[in-house]
Amino acid sequence: MIRFLLDGEVIEAEAGATDTVLDLLRYKLRRTGTKEGCAEGDCGACTVLVGDGEGWRAVNACILFAPMIDGKALKTVESLGGDHPVQREMVARHGSQCGFCTPGFVMSLYARSIGAAGTEGVPVGDVIAGNLCRCTGYGPILDAGEAAGVQGEAGPQDLPPRANPNPATADELADLLMAHPETQIVAGATDVGLWVTKQHRDLGPVVFIGDIADLRGVEESEEALTLGAAVRYSEARAALARLHPDLGELVRRIGGVQVRNSGTIGGNIANGSPIGDMPPALIALGAELTLRHGPARRTIALQDFFLSYGKQDRAPGEFVESIRVPRPEPGTLVRIVKLSKRFDSDISGVCGAFAIHIADGVVQQARIAFGGMAGIPARAPGAEAALTGKPWSAETVEAAAIALAQDYTPLDDLRASADYRRTVAANLLRRIWAEQQEPVSVRHG
Amino acid sequence: MAEVHQPLAHESARLHVSGAATYIDDIVETPGLLHLAFGLATDGHAKLVSLDLEAVRAAPGVVAVFTAADIPGENNIGPVVHDDRLLADGEILYPGQPLFLVAATSTQAARRAARLGKAVTEPLPALVTIDDARAAGSQIEASQRMARGDADAALAAAPHRISGSLEMGGQEHFYLEGQVALATPGEQGQLHILSSTQHPSEIQHLVAHLLGRSHAEITVEVRRMGGAFGGKETQAAPFAAACALVAAKTGRPAKFRADRDDDMMLTGKRHDFSAAYDVGFDADGVIRGIRIEMASRCGATTDLSPAINDRAMFHADNCYFLPAVEIVSHRLKTHTVSNTAFRGFGGPQGMLAIERVMDAIAAHLGRDPLEVRRANLYGPGRDLTPYRMTVADNVAPAIIADLAARTGYAERRAAVDAFNASHNVLKRGLALTPVKFGISFTTTHLNQAGALVLVYADGSIHLNHGGTEMGQGLHTKVAQVVADVFGVSMDRVKVSATRTDKVPNTSATAASSGADLNGMAAFNAATVIRERLDAFAATQPESAGWSFDELCRRAHLARVSLAATGFYKTPHIEYDRPSHSGRPFLYFAYGAALSEVVIDTLTGEHRVVAVDILHDAGRSLNPAIDLGQIEGAFIQGMGWLTTEELVYDARGRLLTHAPSTYKIPTANDRPARMEIAIWDRGENVEPTIHRSKAVGEPPFMLAISVFSALTAAVAAAAPGKGLPRLDAPATPERVLRAVQELRGRGG
Repeated sequence: MIRFLLDGEVIEAEAGATDTVLDLLRYKLRRTGTKEGCAEGDCGACTVLVGDGEGWRAVNACILFAPMIDGKALKTVESLGGDHPVQREMVARHGSQCGFCTPGFVMSLYARSIGAAGTEGVPVGDVIAGNLCRCTGYGPILDAGEAAGVQGEAGPQDLPPRANPNPATADELADLLMAHPETQIVAGATDVGLWVTKQHRDLGPVVFIGDIADLRGVEESEEALTLGAAVRYSEARAALARLHPDLGELVRRIGGVQVRNSGTIGGNIANGSPIGDMPPALIALGAELTLRHGPARRTIALQDFFLSYGKQDRAPGEFVESIRVPRPEPGTLVRIVKLSKRFDSDISGVCGAFAIHIADGVVQQARIAFGGMAGIPARAPGAEAALTGKPWSAETVEAAAIALAQDYTPLDDLRASADYRRTVAANLLRRIWAEQQEPVSVRHG
Repeated sequence: MAEVHQPLAHESARLHVSGAATYIDDIVETPGLLHLAFGLATDGHAKLVSLDLEAVRAAPGVVAVFTAADIPGENNIGPVVHDDRLLADGEILYPGQPLFLVAATSTQAARRAARLGKAVTEPLPALVTIDDARAAGSQIEASQRMARGDADAALAAAPHRISGSLEMGGQEHFYLEGQVALATPGEQGQLHILSSTQHPSEIQHLVAHLLGRSHAEITVEVRRMGGAFGGKETQAAPFAAACALVAAKTGRPAKFRADRDDDMMLTGKRHDFSAAYDVGFDADGVIRGIRIEMASRCGATTDLSPAINDRAMFHADNCYFLPAVEIVSHRLKTHTVSNTAFRGFGGPQGMLAIERVMDAIAAHLGRDPLEVRRANLYGPGRDLTPYRMTVADNVAPAIIADLAARTGYAERRAAVDAFNASHNVLKRGLALTPVKFGISFTTTHLNQAGALVLVYADGSIHLNHGGTEMGQGLHTKVAQVVADVFGVSMDRVKVSATRTDKVPNTSATAASSGADLNGMAAFNAATVIRERLDAFAATQPESAGWSFDELCRRAHLARVSLAATGFYKTPHIEYDRPSHSGRPFLYFAYGAALSEVVIDTLTGEHRVVAVDILHDAGRSLNPAIDLGQIEGAFIQGMGWLTTEELVYDARGRLLTHAPSTYKIPTANDRPARMEIAIWDRGENVEPTIHRSKAVGEPPFMLAISVFSALTAAVAAAAPGKGLPRLDAPATPERVLRAVQELRGRGG
């Protein structure tokens, strides 16, 4: 059973560990305004707001497991009553056609209007980048969002007590995983959710770590940024952007607001995907990972965590506790570039990260890492060697670009061909040189 | 105040925004409801030896499992040619083909169980691509030829002659509401089916044949669809038919809500095309003669492919006079999912081919592509299409002139050239392309519609017509028409679900014809009642002071019938398919767009910077709805030509079967500056409903301006080297490849 607050009423509902909030709403509570468009967190038709002590945040209900709202509050499109400014503006500006995606857009715009997580200071286009509409072309929805504005609203009050026990501290989690190492760890469920909705897998015992306060720290010091494993993208974005603007921009392009409000930095690393966007960036910046096994901790370079495709350096019962990202030394040129078919909410064909430390016109150190180029996120030793100790010049860059194309043997897949991947990897280095002379971004050009 | 020509809100807008608009899956589930899932073929073309379904039957929650052998009537869901099986029988034709049907107590149980079936097969060679099928001579029907004049002689005599080719990908509809149906058995063998379909009558007829029942025993109903775009014209049938089969077999209601991945794998898409041209022209770029040869991947069955490929031929002229022309169209049968209707219905592919020809001529002569386009437009004495219909309503020259003037085309072009001269990595491109789209079903008998208007004694009005609502605002427009006839406000008119037991023998809501056909049918029905009321009022001296409510009440007491049906058939159209000549269309809808793009020549990334559109909606029935159609169609067309890429493997399995891998545009892909206007001089020369024009499909093809602009931007990466070889969709990878190929050319 779970217990949560819905429009002022405490709801107690039977729900299995991997039942989705969407199904709970639609088929048990008869709240059918929330729609299923894709069941994988890519279309936003199921957008709802979850509230807790930290405020409200828009999330995708289709890949949100019911226990993840235990002890929290929920708002659905029905909660708005039909006459909210967002709804009035959507009608006045002809923001709906078939209407099926509309409740999801209304909820995303509503989240912005109350200043919910991940929307503050964010343009309307970014707020709804996780919502797909196939009818309107988006113009009227963008206008409605602007017109509805931002009013602000307090977080939920009178949250009910949880119905289920769950580890409250990292120590409890460590004990649980030592005793039951087969337990599936679930943080934001933006990946694990699909194992259930798409692959129809039975996950066995699961533990939810999204609310463990010890794993949710964001610590900024002069030397480094340390993030707990359960810190969500939207919570880490500002600190990452302060570390380097390209990191903030990279986070902007991971999923939509709903995904960034659920997905965690730790989950993106621990699931070992070869196309996760954070690992190459963090590897280039020299990040370290702290792993916890019972009472024992060990710290390793992030790049050493990825052993081979689908295999990470993580023992049964061990978990990622935190990530430490050192601040780049002054004089370091950092560039992080994601290439995908679509700008927003797409998976990289290639994600490249460069940290090139230049002093007195000479490259002192170069760290280059790519995702999408191998079975794991990996460094580019040839290109790094071709840069290190050399004058920072067009000739050096060209030599390194040629070396970079030899550093990887990428594959053809549905996102890009091996040939394209190899070519653009080298071109990204050339572009870093070119941008000293002229603008290079189609976003600003 | 007249209700037509007003920018009124969509009749369901308030329901949409509050989550209260009911779609089929939102209806309360009745006790005993069965949930369905198909077991799908995984490996494509093969002999189907047998099915081992023991594990499926034994799975938790499974109530029944059906195969082709369980179908009492005809195992067919093909709309025209009966070659589409509901469940595979003897041969597997494509990956994703339904093999068996599971009915279970929950959706989850049905989907899990469906994965447990084992097909014993003998794999057969698979023709997957257009090239595979061409080499094997595999076609769904004979190649078609449309010709006028002596193209060969004109080509041979032309001062300039060039040839080239273009590949264009297909497109997934990605309606937000996936395919869904719900069947409920009634008494005496009757069956009620809710289906998210553009074509309730076809579902009715297919189900009747499948179950061996009469049409009158099957009722199909749809209130609204969560998007369709052609993808629910024939493709709703498997799901509705599966529900009907289960309901008939078990006596229990059955619902099929397709999983998104299954939906994308087992339903058809826009046809991918290959087009080659050989064109002869003079020094001004004016075409003397042209041969266009098109080939499309139709997939495993006929579906609507003949008509779709015909429309590709009909639009291979777009707005241009082709004095001597031969258009040849090959319709290839492959072992892939059967491609189907999608907004534009072949028109976009034909039009993209001729627009590529315009760019090629311009590149060859070193002229501005807009100059070449204008030189080739239809005009006085140059007004006969390749299918021998006279273009009698040609407003393309006027729209182009208006758009070029309002956008300052010459200055924009100069600014782009200046940008390109001062940038090495980024290059800009600009293109202004027109659209002319023929309105009417090219299958003549489909151009008919019916409506039923009921006026109650309290003055309220109930409206039914044969068209379906998929978001395009059809019900709003038709309600406006009816309200206008009675001189009342639109909110008095209640539009209810489209039902085959209210209006029979309807055509699909397709071909942009919904408002033209059903609007006129409803107008005719309402006018019958209006005339009765007027005649009655003329006999009543005090009637001048009566409200409409009072008039209706009194008319009822005086025994005046307040119900009427209406019917409409499009006049003037006739077409001889064997010779591909005649008048297939009542009229043409026009438009033009100017798009500006920027590309990164190191990565191929690109962005649409600005778009200006001028579109002819005739005298728009509802400008707000029409603007929404124009913008939505444009962005959808832009997706087709840029980010939306369907990737198949060597066995014809679709690898991009979810939004994680198939990328339709998001809000940030919308051009930062987008100006859309309905052409203020628009008026249909034909007596259509209030002189409006159809608007659903035509603006889709305005997005060709984006593709032409991208071509221009790539060309700017290597000036003087000619026309880039850019295929669609222009993903970053294709743009980069085109840049590299162009730069690598000699000279």
